[in-house]
Amino acid sequence: MIELISESRCIECDICVKVCPANVFDKTGGLPIIARQDDCQTCFLCEIYCPTDAIYVAEYADGPVAITEAEVEERDLFGSYSRALGWKRGKPGGTEFDPTHRIRVAQV
Amino acid sequence: MALISRDPQGSDPLHLQADVLVIGGGPSGAWAALAAAETGARVILADKGYLGTSGATAPSNTGTWCVSPGEDRAQIVERRWQRTAGLADPRWMLRCVDRAYENLLKLVEWGYPFPSEDDGKLYIANLRGPDYMAFMRRRVLLAGVTVLDHHPALELLSNGENVTGAAGVDRQRNRDWQVDAGAVVLATGGCAFHERILGATGLTGDGYLMAAEAGASLSGMEFTGKYTMAPHGSSLNKGLPFRWASFLREDGTAILNSDGEPLRNGIGEREKEIARAMIEAPVYAVLDQAEPALQDWLRQGQPNCFVPYARMGIDPFKDMFRVTLKAEGTVRGTGGIRVAGSDCSTDVAGLYVAGDAASRENMTGAMSGGGAVNSSWAIASGWWSGQGAAQHAKRGYGRGSFRSFSKPLGEAGLRPSGSVKAWLTAKDIITAVQAEVLPLEKNYFRDGSRLEASRQKLDVLWSDVRNHLAGTGVDRYRTREAAAIAASGRWSLNAALARKESRGMHRRADFPANDPAFGHAILVSGVDDVRIQGALPVETKEFAS
Repeated sequence: MIELISESRCIECDICVKVCPANVFDKTGGLPIIARQDDCQTCFLCEIYCPTDAIYVAEYADGPVAITEAEVEERDLFGSYSRALGWKRGKPGGTEFDPTHRIRVAQV
Repeated sequence: MALISRDPQGSDPLHLQADVLVIGGGPSGAWAALAAAETGARVILADKGYLGTSGATAPSNTGTWCVSPGEDRAQIVERRWQRTAGLADPRWMLRCVDRAYENLLKLVEWGYPFPSEDDGKLYIANLRGPDYMAFMRRRVLLAGVTVLDHHPALELLSNGENVTGAAGVDRQRNRDWQVDAGAVVLATGGCAFHERILGATGLTGDGYLMAAEAGASLSGMEFTGKYTMAPHGSSLNKGLPFRWASFLREDGTAILNSDGEPLRNGIGEREKEIARAMIEAPVYAVLDQAEPALQDWLRQGQPNCFVPYARMGIDPFKDMFRVTLKAEGTVRGTGGIRVAGSDCSTDVAGLYVAGDAASRENMTGAMSGGGAVNSSWAIASGWWSGQGAAQHAKRGYGRGSFRSFSKPLGEAGLRPSGSVKAWLTAKDIITAVQAEVLPLEKNYFRDGSRLEASRQKLDVLWSDVRNHLAGTGVDRYRTREAAAIAASGRWSLNAALARKESRGMHRRADFPANDPAFGHAILVSGVDDVRIQGALPVETKEFAS
């Protein structure tokens, strides 16, 4: 579930407000707010669209967990999903290196 | 704190005209919009969320059912048909793989960055969700389609003969919208009963309810018994990594299968045994059957599954973790709006259907089409429905008169027949439906008496929904979602009771055998009074294969 927007990383571009399929965020004129946390479907897509890796979504989907910005920073979790995919600054990338076809062969 | 975008007073309604209105911004909606726009039609796509991130595909990594037009094409389709428990239609399967293949080649032509195999050939049988849907958004915008993000549709409009558009709310500007259109494509996805799974929480059966209110029938709604494994409490209903899992109890002892061997492979024939073990006590998994090279491919190829393990602070190849089976309703089930014609028309003039909003019985019968088949079906049915809707609009049915004679069709959750009761909330309705359609012991392992008890409970619930449930302002989409979930639950239970046999994902303890006399589709229709067609067994005929 969506946990936090880092004030120090956020550039107030409001892209998360636009792209969240569950309409979780609201614009404020400043830092966007998590206005409807319980609507989050834990899809992690706001993280990868965020151009400054300012958003953290915890893996637990059924409710909020207690995690601080300092811990997310310390464990190097900001932007970790983007890096794993190869997305950069909120833009797609890396799918040309996706090795999933090898798994599909191994699966049989 | 001042909110800029959500004007509490609301603003003036948005009123637009189009030849084709596509409702839904997953892959099938995007392909429908592209196909309609290619004919020169004026196209509007309205999505509940955001075209690019909405739907079950966007956060996932999906295979496609990719069959090249070589010599063995017919045999590949025939082999797959054998696995559909007899209900699929080889004609639909053949035309679907052909259409999907052509459209995958369009993606190549448009520059979609497919990965390469070792021999340098592009591998087009896999689409990584976030990249695919971001790419589709760009193509749709490039084609001149007007995209309305965060515009959930509430109801269809009709002039009595044709569907003439739809109306809904703009949930970020707090205003109503209406689009008058020559034809409408429903690409609203399936119904996962609001289970918290990747990309499917917003898939609440909205299109089923809208279509049924217009008079369309649904097919295959009993096939909602598909579950996929996920780490407990997570949204990650991606079964693939569990191909290499061993299953354990909390104390680390291996769970034994019916042959006395350790229970392994969560996506094979042993799934039923895992489900049974899970009803008894919590089940844990460890992905210890994956070789090191495979571990690397899984980590790199399925980051949506593996990044979360890092967040949990565990190594899933060494550490055990609790797992659960997530219900997927019709998303990986096969039910949906009945497809009436080759152009993905429905029983209602001017209404077309694509993707998981449509029944996929023709493609996958009683088996799940999750992943590959549904992905190719979204591409093909999207394409056909977009073309079909554009042709319908060009023929000009209802044009000229539709503005004055159009009536909104929405009832349940929108216009209750009695007084609104504020204590009746969308959330409570959804929780009550979930209690009947999600538990393994009710819906994975089915039984006539339990299904009947659930049906009666949902009938009582439905009368509350129908008489008293309504929302205000933008939140009307929430009460409509709850109504659509309740309606989908009732259709599913009624169809499951009517199919007095076991077939594919429909497992009845009281009728454990497959009965050839039920080798046909069961149709449901009607919103308040649910009607069933095909409930009677039919004399078996010899089918030529």
